[in-house]
Amino acid sequence: MRLEPKPRPSKIALILYPLGAVAATLLIASLLVMAAGASPLSVFGLVIKGAAGSQFALLETLTRATPLIFTGLAVAVAFRARLWNIGAEAQLYVGGIVTVVLGTGLLPLPAPILIPVIMLATILAGGLVLLGPAILKTRFGVDEVVTTLLLNFVVLLFVSMLLEGVLKDPMGLGWPQSQMVSTDARLPRIVEGRRLHYGFVIALVAAFAVWFVMKKTALGYEMRAVGVNAEAARFAGIPVNAVLMKTALISGGLAALGGFSEVAGLKGNLTLDLSSGFGYTGIVVAMLAMLNPLGVVAAAIFVAGIFVGADAMSRAAGVPSYIAEVMVATALLTMVTAIMLSRYKVRWR
Amino acid sequence: MADDTARQAQTVLRLSGITKRFGALTANDAIDLDLKRGEIVALLGENGAGKTTLMNILFGHYVADAGAIEAFGKPLPPGDPRAALGAGIGMVHQHFTLADNLTVLENIALGTQSIWSPRLDRTSARARIARLSGEFGLSIDPSRAVSDLAVGERQRVEILKALYRDARILILDEPTAVLTPGETEALFATLKLLVAQGLSIIFISHKLKEVMAVADRVVVLRGGRLAGERRTAETTRQELAALMVGQEVALPNAAPREAGPVLLELRSVSTAATAGTPLRDVALRLHGGVITGIAGVSGNGQAALAGLLSGTLSPRSGQLLVGDAAPAGWSPCTALDRGIARIPEDRHAVGSIADMSVTENVISERYRTEFSRYGMIDWAAARRFAERLIADYDVKCPSPETRIRLLSGGNMQKLILGRALDPDPVVILANQPTRGLDIGAVAYVHARLIEARDRGAAVLLISEDLDEVLSLSDRVHVIADGEISRPFARGEKSISELGEMMAGHGLEVA
Repeated sequence: MRLEPKPRPSKIALILYPLGAVAATLLIASLLVMAAGASPLSVFGLVIKGAAGSQFALLETLTRATPLIFTGLAVAVAFRARLWNIGAEAQLYVGGIVTVVLGTGLLPLPAPILIPVIMLATILAGGLVLLGPAILKTRFGVDEVVTTLLLNFVVLLFVSMLLEGVLKDPMGLGWPQSQMVSTDARLPRIVEGRRLHYGFVIALVAAFAVWFVMKKTALGYEMRAVGVNAEAARFAGIPVNAVLMKTALISGGLAALGGFSEVAGLKGNLTLDLSSGFGYTGIVVAMLAMLNPLGVVAAAIFVAGIFVGADAMSRAAGVPSYIAEVMVATALLTMVTAIMLSRYKVRWR
Repeated sequence: MADDTARQAQTVLRLSGITKRFGALTANDAIDLDLKRGEIVALLGENGAGKTTLMNILFGHYVADAGAIEAFGKPLPPGDPRAALGAGIGMVHQHFTLADNLTVLENIALGTQSIWSPRLDRTSARARIARLSGEFGLSIDPSRAVSDLAVGERQRVEILKALYRDARILILDEPTAVLTPGETEALFATLKLLVAQGLSIIFISHKLKEVMAVADRVVVLRGGRLAGERRTAETTRQELAALMVGQEVALPNAAPREAGPVLLELRSVSTAATAGTPLRDVALRLHGGVITGIAGVSGNGQAALAGLLSGTLSPRSGQLLVGDAAPAGWSPCTALDRGIARIPEDRHAVGSIADMSVTENVISERYRTEFSRYGMIDWAAARRFAERLIADYDVKCPSPETRIRLLSGGNMQKLILGRALDPDPVVILANQPTRGLDIGAVAYVHARLIEARDRGAAVLLISEDLDEVLSLSDRVHVIADGEISRPFARGEKSISELGEMMAGHGLEVA
C-alpha cells in the first residue's frame, strides 16, 4: 500500500470523507452495541437524547465541554508550533491549586477584582509549568513529550501531598480535599439551578482570542512558521526559541485556566478527581479540530456530548458507558483517516 | 529485413505514447522513447519539462493515463516498482537513499536477502561487491560507514547498489548536480565502462555540456512534449539549448565595473567546527559593485562562510565587519538589519517554509518592520507585496495564497531572489543560487545578480559550478579545507591552476 499526495484535494472530498468517518464510527459502535445485546438505533437515540434532548442535557454537555475547550486550545496552540505538550493535565491541576490558594481568603478582594487576579495568576503558573520543559527542549534538546507527560504524575502527586498537608480542609472529615473557595472567587451560574457556569463563556472568549492571535498577529505567524519549518524560520530571522517560550506560556496558561474554571465554576474546591483526564482528552479534541481554535469548541462539545449522552444511555439501556470512550476513540481514528484520505490517494499493489 | 530484426533485438526499453495528466496540466504528452543495448541516452529538459514524471512512470511510481512500456521485449505492468526492479531497471536518485549509520556493504545488501534470515550473509555479499567494483572500476571499501564517504563515493555506492540487484538499465537523475569537476569526470568514465559491458543508461540532465560529453543520443523534452531527438555527434549545444527552451539563450553580460568601497570584511576569521569544515584564519573583502566568486569543492568551508554572512554562525576568533564596524549580537536578524540579503543553498528546507503560502513566505524577513503594527500583521499590505514580487520577478504561480511547495524550483528561487533583492541590499550572499534550475531561470538569476552589482551592491557568489563562478565573478577566491586564497582577477589563473588549488595544492593565501 502506498500514499500519493493529491495535487489538489477536491472540495467535495473534504466534506464527504469526514461524513464517511462519522458513518464508520456509528457502524463500529453499532457492532459493539449489538454485542452488548441492545439495539443500535435505540442506543444512539438515547445518546443523542442524553446529550442534547433537553435543556438540562444540553447545558450538562456544555458544562462538560468547558474544561475540554481549555485543554483542547492549550494542545492546539502548542502543537501548531510543534511543541508537543502532553502535560495539559498537570497545567490544569496547577491552575486548580492557584485558584484554591488565592481564593480561600488569602486575598480579601471583591469579586470583580479577585477573579481577574486569580485568572492572571493561574495563567502565569500554568505557563511556568510548561516553560520548564520548553527550556529543557531548546537548551539541551530534551524531548518535551517525555518531560510534559511525566510532569502530569509529578503534579498529581504534588496535589495529593498538598491535600494531605497544607491545603487540607480541616472540616473535611479527613477526606483529601481543600477548603471551598470564597463566594467572591466563584464564577456565577449562567442559568439558575443548572450547573453551567461562566467558565464556558470564558472558554469561548479564549477560543476566539487564540483564533485571533494565530490568524492576525505577528506572534501567531511566528508560531506557525516555527511549527512548519523551524530551520527556515530561524534563517529568516524569526527568534525560534523565544517563540517557543511564548507558546509554552500561552499553552500552559490556557490549560491552567481550565483548572481555574473547574474549581471556581463547578467544584468549588480542589480534589484529586478535579479532572477526569481532561488534559489527555484535550489532545483528542485538538486533533479532531485539526488544531483550529474555533474547531476546538465544536470538537469539545461533540466529545462532551458523547460522554454525557452515553452516561444517560447507560442508565436507561444497560449498555456500559465505556461505549463513550470507544466512540470517541473511534471517531478520532476515522476522522484522522478521513483527513488523510482526502489529501492522499491510496494505491494498492 | 535482417538488419531490422537485429536492431529490434537490441532495443532493451521502449516507452510508447506515454501520457500523464495532473488535473489541467499535461506533464507528459504522448512521449516515445527507446533505449538500445550499450547506449547512453540523455533526457534533456528544463525543470517542469516532464523528465521526472516520465521516469516515475517508468519506475512504477505513477501510472500513465495512456501508453505502454516494454522492457527486454516484455510489457512492464504499470504502477509496480518491484516489476521494474525485477525487469532489471535500476535508479540512482539525485538525493541519495543511503542509510548513513550503516556500512557500504550493509547499504548495498539491504533488502536483497530474506528478512527471515537471522543475519546478513556478509561473506558472499562482500565477494559479489568486490567482483562488481573490479569489473566496473567502482572502487570502494565495503566496510566503511556511509557517513564517512564523500558525495562522489556515495554516488558510487548507489550505482553499485543498482548493479548488485542485477540492473541492466540504469537511470541516473541529475547525477552531476552534487559532484566536483573531477568526480564528474570519474563518473563519466564509469558510465562508459558500464555501457561497454552491455548496460544501457538513461542520463537525466539539464546541463548541455555534460550531455554532449557523455551521451550517444539526446532526447529533449519541453513542456511535457518531445521537442526533438538528436545524435550527439550530429548536433551542437546551441541547437540543443534552442530545442530545450524554444528560443535562443543569452549568456550573462558581466562587463566589470569599478570597485566601490569595502562593504563587508572578514579579518582572520576562524569558526567553530559545528557546521561542517570550519574556516581557518580567513581574510575576505567584499567591495561594492563587485561580484566576488568563491570556487571550491563542496564541503571545504562554504557552509561556514555562508553561515557567517547569513548570521546563523558567529566567528570564534577574528572580526566580521559590516561597513567599518563589527555588529554586536550577530544573528540572522542583525544581518538583515545591516542590509545583507541571503540566498541560501537549500531553497526547500532553509530558504522557504514549504507548507506556507507565497505571501507568508515573502514577508518572513520583513514582517517585524514593515508588515506589522502593534503586533498585528497587515495581511492586505503583505498580499500586495507578494503580488508585486510575483509580477516584478516573473514568478509563475496561481495566486499569493498558493503554498510555496507547489511552485517549481525556478519559480521558488525567483521568489526567494525577489524577497532578498527587493529591499535594495548592500551585500548579497548568493549560495548556489542556480543549482538545479533550468537554463531560463539560471539566466534570469544571473541577470538579476549583475543588476544588483551594477547598483553598487557587493555580491558574494558561492558555487560549485566553476563555469558559473568564472563567467559571473569579477574576482575569484578559491576555498580549500577551510582556507580562502587571495583574490584573483578575471583571467589571472587558468582553470587548471584553479583546479589544483581547489584540490588543496598550493593555495595562495593573502
